[in-house]
Amino acid sequence: MKVPLSLLLEFCDPGLSAEEISSVLALSGTEVERVTRLGVEDSSNFVVGVVLTADQHPDADRLKVCSVDVGAPEPATIVCGAPNVDAGQTVAVALPGAVMPGGMTIKKAKLRGVESSGMICAEDELGLGKGHQGILVLPNTAGPAGRPLGEVLPLDETVLELEITPNRPDCLGVYGVARELHAATGAELKPAPWERDLGSGGDLDGIQVSVEDSDQCPIFTARIYEGLSAAVTPPAIAAHLTAAGMRPISPVVDITNYVMLVIGEPLHAFDLDKIEGGLTVRPAVAGETVATLDGEDRTLIEGETIIADVGGPTSIAGVMGGARSEVGWETTRVLLEAATWHGPSINRTSARLGLRSEASGRFEKGLAPVLASRGQAFASQLFEQIYGVTPVAGTVAIGAVGEATTVKLSHHKVNSLMGSQLTAERISAPLERLGFTVALDGDEFSVGVPLDRLDVTRDVDVIEEIARIDGLEKLEATIPTSGAGGGRLTRDQRIRRQVQDALVSAGCFEAAGWSFCAPGLSDRLRLAADDPRRNAITLVNPMSSEESILRTTLLGSLLDSAARNAARGASAIRLFETGPVYLPSEDGLSDEPQRFGAVLCGPATQPDWRNASPDDVDVHGAIGVIGGVLDSLHCQWKIVPATEPEPFLHPGRSGVIEIAGRPAGWVGDLHPLVSAEWGLDGGVAFEVDLDAVISASPEVLHYWAVSAHPMVGQDLAVVVDAGVSAAELIEIAEEVGSPELESVVVFDIYRGEQLGENAVSVGLRFVFRADDRTLTEEEASAVRQRILDALQDRKGAQSRG
Amino acid sequence: MLERISQIVDEAKAAVGAATTSAELEELRIKWLGRKAELPNILRGVKDLDPSERGPAGKAANQARVELEGAIDTKMASFAGAELELRLVEDAVDITLPAHPQQFPGGLHLLTQTMREIEDVFLGLGYGIAEGPEVELVAYNFDALNHAPHHPARSPSDTFYVGDSVLLRTHTSPVQVRTMLVTPPPLYVIAPGRVYRRDDDATHTPQFHQIEGLAVDEGISLADLKGTLLAFAKAIFGDEREIRLRPHFFPFTEPSVEVDVSCFACNEGVSNGERCGLCKGTAWIEILGAGMVDPNVFASVAGEQPAYDPEKVQGFAFGLGIERIAMLKHSVPDLRLLYDNDIRFLEQFA
Repeated sequence: MKVPLSLLLEFCDPGLSAEEISSVLALSGTEVERVTRLGVEDSSNFVVGVVLTADQHPDADRLKVCSVDVGAPEPATIVCGAPNVDAGQTVAVALPGAVMPGGMTIKKAKLRGVESSGMICAEDELGLGKGHQGILVLPNTAGPAGRPLGEVLPLDETVLELEITPNRPDCLGVYGVARELHAATGAELKPAPWERDLGSGGDLDGIQVSVEDSDQCPIFTARIYEGLSAAVTPPAIAAHLTAAGMRPISPVVDITNYVMLVIGEPLHAFDLDKIEGGLTVRPAVAGETVATLDGEDRTLIEGETIIADVGGPTSIAGVMGGARSEVGWETTRVLLEAATWHGPSINRTSARLGLRSEASGRFEKGLAPVLASRGQAFASQLFEQIYGVTPVAGTVAIGAVGEATTVKLSHHKVNSLMGSQLTAERISAPLERLGFTVALDGDEFSVGVPLDRLDVTRDVDVIEEIARIDGLEKLEATIPTSGAGGGRLTRDQRIRRQVQDALVSAGCFEAAGWSFCAPGLSDRLRLAADDPRRNAITLVNPMSSEESILRTTLLGSLLDSAARNAARGASAIRLFETGPVYLPSEDGLSDEPQRFGAVLCGPATQPDWRNASPDDVDVHGAIGVIGGVLDSLHCQWKIVPATEPEPFLHPGRSGVIEIAGRPAGWVGDLHPLVSAEWGLDGGVAFEVDLDAVISASPEVLHYWAVSAHPMVGQDLAVVVDAGVSAAELIEIAEEVGSPELESVVVFDIYRGEQLGENAVSVGLRFVFRADDRTLTEEEASAVRQRILDALQDRKGAQSRG
Repeated sequence: MLERISQIVDEAKAAVGAATTSAELEELRIKWLGRKAELPNILRGVKDLDPSERGPAGKAANQARVELEGAIDTKMASFAGAELELRLVEDAVDITLPAHPQQFPGGLHLLTQTMREIEDVFLGLGYGIAEGPEVELVAYNFDALNHAPHHPARSPSDTFYVGDSVLLRTHTSPVQVRTMLVTPPPLYVIAPGRVYRRDDDATHTPQFHQIEGLAVDEGISLADLKGTLLAFAKAIFGDEREIRLRPHFFPFTEPSVEVDVSCFACNEGVSNGERCGLCKGTAWIEILGAGMVDPNVFASVAGEQPAYDPEKVQGFAFGLGIERIAMLKHSVPDLRLLYDNDIRFLEQFA
């Protein structure tokens, strides 16, 4: 909400600067988003002008030569480039000597041979806004010519743009903000503008009103003003409206806007002579239409609240009035409506129609019914001031203002919740300044809540009022000492961190991927039609179709990130992510198993001065990264060939990661078609189920005795069929070599012509050791022979000597 | 004989003293102590001497041999050390060449680092870490958190829905509810995680991260909230930081506050004589929202966990955006950088 500072100060002036007031408001709960200076440094030499003639410049297509009455004996000749300037307009004129907001001084000057004595100004040139579609055209009532412009425009104004929180619609009027300022500073608050009511209650002749649904319209009031004749909006009111961002239109409309600006209650004025029969507040029938004030035809949907006469809808309740009953210059009889509406319904209707107005913005917060009578009272003063009329006797009033509520508040609770030692006086003072009544009985306060504070219903609501006005800066800063939360990570959380750290140690960067992905990802990953990963959680209202489902694999966004880096010229790309995937579950929610995965592209080791062109990373590089992670957590794991290779991996260079004997993920070279799809050169990837790691990682590591006796190292090279895997050989060796075999690793793989096409030589390096004695070479050789025999028996292995 | 032995010793020692290389010393060793040298000959001839001479001559010759061997060994050792040093100097490499093998650099994402840093602060304050699902029930995300049935945040224009009663959580606050349902007070817990809102512009991504905090215990007060958040702010932004609380509104806390930390890039809003760009000259930076848990939130769990009777328990809650904290602390100008995963960005924080 935009609050002209000068208007605020009319109601409460604490003698502070705009910045100080902003700070006071911010620290008591009214955030000031922006402080804007409007207008010019010095408003002398700015006057109201009336354009007498506007003729084409003889030597310039786009310029007009205007004769402008500026209140001087002779009209001024002003050359103007605005397309909208026209004879008869009332305009803002900067005369020679005027200093514009940019610092430029207006001087007499010749423009294409015609001497110009001033400038007709646009909105932005006066520092009033951004408008530069042409000159600012003032209402004809802004005159007479020569009047200081500062009297009708806020040429010396400061505007506070406030963020009013949704619980405080009472601050959607300047007077509500003034009360906050009063409460926070103690500066005097002027009497409320609605205190003097020139109207009367009782039945109102001349209009019949009925309200069908009081839930939608808690209160509806109306008054009639008759005998209106030509009048002028007082310049100060016009200036305040302008400063608040509302254009002065006509005195009746300006009255409704001014009441809204000051006390927060939007009013609506009907031309009473254009209403046929009485008014009914009722739900719209689907398809009913109304021509709104903005010249649009609006079609209503079932149940939206309208105000109708016998001719159909005349306005959309709380959102916008209808053109059919619009007030104009010819209007002599006005029906002035002040009502409140069901906030959420107003919100829905205005959102559906795309009609956000100052009025709907207030009504959707759910205004207090008491504002209706206040609005009528304040309006009656303005009608008298501007038109010299008072309302016709009587007021339509349908609905109730509601009872004032009382909240019981324990003195102990105040201090317990705040952590303070406030006295009864310090508790009651802020409340009273805010308009609450306070009575103390023993330890208990009875707090009477003002009728416009619908947000205060419980003791904690009252405590908030005390805390914010007494001042949160006075609170001590204490720390609870219980520490009942344990102060430690759970095992799962600790292992997740360890996995992340191990991946970092393996030379990978963690990426932050998106949970959203495109349904087309499944095709890009070549997933089969029945692949369960196609079964994703679908958003009802995604930002776009590209972000319409939740990921079932981490691979998609890892590939996206890798592709972006590759496109930017990165050579070594090693990205990982840890996080959940989202799998539909039967209860309509999702299973969110944690995974970790990576995509690696580029050289397997860092190119350097010893090896400038290392090989590209392959599946074994990826296995190394996984192994680093799993070994650091002491998990039992191995890679086994997949019976059904993942469709996005190279079928001959990929496998299943088994942890503690169960499949827990996949690893492999990317399928060339997938690499190409993402514009990558090769690349490898893996994804592992974190829960499998968590359950396989031993909770505690226990010591096992290390042998004090020396080891014997021996090698064995065997030739086997190429279909025999190294893991099979190792498994047999471990089985047969026990107990003397301490470890076995593959130290060499060789294929060559002399071995034959389908054979491979595998070099195994054994470490033999006994727990209880020094093993002899002969004993070790016997074990090696035992292993060789088994390999020969079971896999047809031949020793290469 | 004894005279001759002493003469040999003197001559040999002089020669050893004059030797300048280990090769020379080797020659001297052969000359004075080798098979054909005089002293060993004397020693070998001792047995042929008159018995009365045998004792003194043998003793002296043996002493002389030991003395000479010692002198040569000592001198030899000094040469060996010096010559080794010489060889090592010749065996130099260019140690300015980079390491080999070079490790690939790696690092945690800035969001993870920030999250851990914040988690560690609260672990130190005795909090536990709770987690909850991202696909969440409307009942936990809004209803139990005192959002009115027509609260605008429920609108499909603001919130991603998966079904009528299921959504992508819009904050980590539903973890408050889930945790209270299974854990009676006292409760000190934070809940980090990913959250979603239908916003996509320069300062919003539809996915972001929050950390929720919840403390419920006997007599927990607004002053406790202030002290806790002050400790947090000092830990994250520096010991010189102050905080201030500004009253605000949230559906699930009452009273509610927004919390500002004193700007760490300027002095009272002025930096190098100019208005500070970080705090816009205000000297304060908004970092989070907080408040005392609304009794209605306690009431929503008290059915299943009667210990949360709103008449009996008090607590505070707070929620902060990880992205915002990370960007503020590390001068990251654009939210998008956090989700772009450009390695040149990632390695800056490795």
